[in-house]
Amino acid sequence: MAASSKANHPAEDTHGSLRSYTIGFVFSIVLTVIPIAIVRSDWLEGTANAVVLMGAAVLQLIVQLLFFMHLREEKNPRYNLLSLIFGLVILLVVVAGSMWIMMFNQVAG
Amino acid sequence: MASIHSAEPAQHANIPQEQHHDHPDLEGMRTFGFWIYLMTDVLIFGTFFAAYIVLRGNTNGGPGPAELFELNGIIVSTFLLLASSYTCGLAVLAMNKGKKRALMGWLAFTAILGAAFIGLEITEFTHLVQEGATMGTSAFLSAFYTLVGTHGLHVCIGLIWMVAVILQLASKGITPVMKRKVQTISLFWHFLDVVWIFVFTVVYLMGVS
Repeated sequence: MAASSKANHPAEDTHGSLRSYTIGFVFSIVLTVIPIAIVRSDWLEGTANAVVLMGAAVLQLIVQLLFFMHLREEKNPRYNLLSLIFGLVILLVVVAGSMWIMMFNQVAG
Repeated sequence: MASIHSAEPAQHANIPQEQHHDHPDLEGMRTFGFWIYLMTDVLIFGTFFAAYIVLRGNTNGGPGPAELFELNGIIVSTFLLLASSYTCGLAVLAMNKGKKRALMGWLAFTAILGAAFIGLEITEFTHLVQEGATMGTSAFLSAFYTLVGTHGLHVCIGLIWMVAVILQLASKGITPVMKRKVQTISLFWHFLDVVWIFVFTVVYLMGVS
């Protein structure tokens, strides 16, 4: 009874342990220090700089989702993950679409 | 290595909660409903990010990102928010173990770190305005204040909310409803940390490099 009711409620219990939180925290610090070091040392320029900085930010997003927001522990059906993907797709369309249109506009102008 | 074993009590501590599963659907659905709200927040911040990225070059003869931003203070506030995300997680752990005082303590510590973050942000904004970089100076600054200010507003609301949850915990203790409330504010807080990482990267790091 208890087991079956638990299986039906994906968002009920978010677990996590001291270990997983600490790993996530260390990861997020490392992924913050690396971009700061890159910017401080003027190591990269232009596109390479932007790609590496965004890469670190996206990795940190994944770390936070997995270790802090417990997205991995969600039980089926994975509505949280689905709605997240939906949100991110729209986000990508809005941001990348805006950048692309304005770039095109500047070339034409 | 000892910390691996400390994971065990956290999982077992959830077992007594099964007895309260009279309305498990409702609490689960409420957490999911909050998740949906967070996804709409993703869209708000997404549009502000798009506006900022598009407008950041339009300085109207005024100061640009490289001249304005003081990276040192921003780095401090970034680590404050990162640490607060961690302490918020520790609060949830304490809750799963049924430790009310530890839960309230970690939540209070999280709120203090968040308040320090807001303090630094207000200092930064006042400094910028004193330098003549106001919201009306240029399209770049309009987009900047909108994006960073909206995040700051979210953190302020989170602070008020967190204090309210601490007060409720003091009177009601760790009930299933309070568990859901703590989990919701913790989701909100981690979400704000994620948004700040992108503000930090796109606005500040890319701004000065």
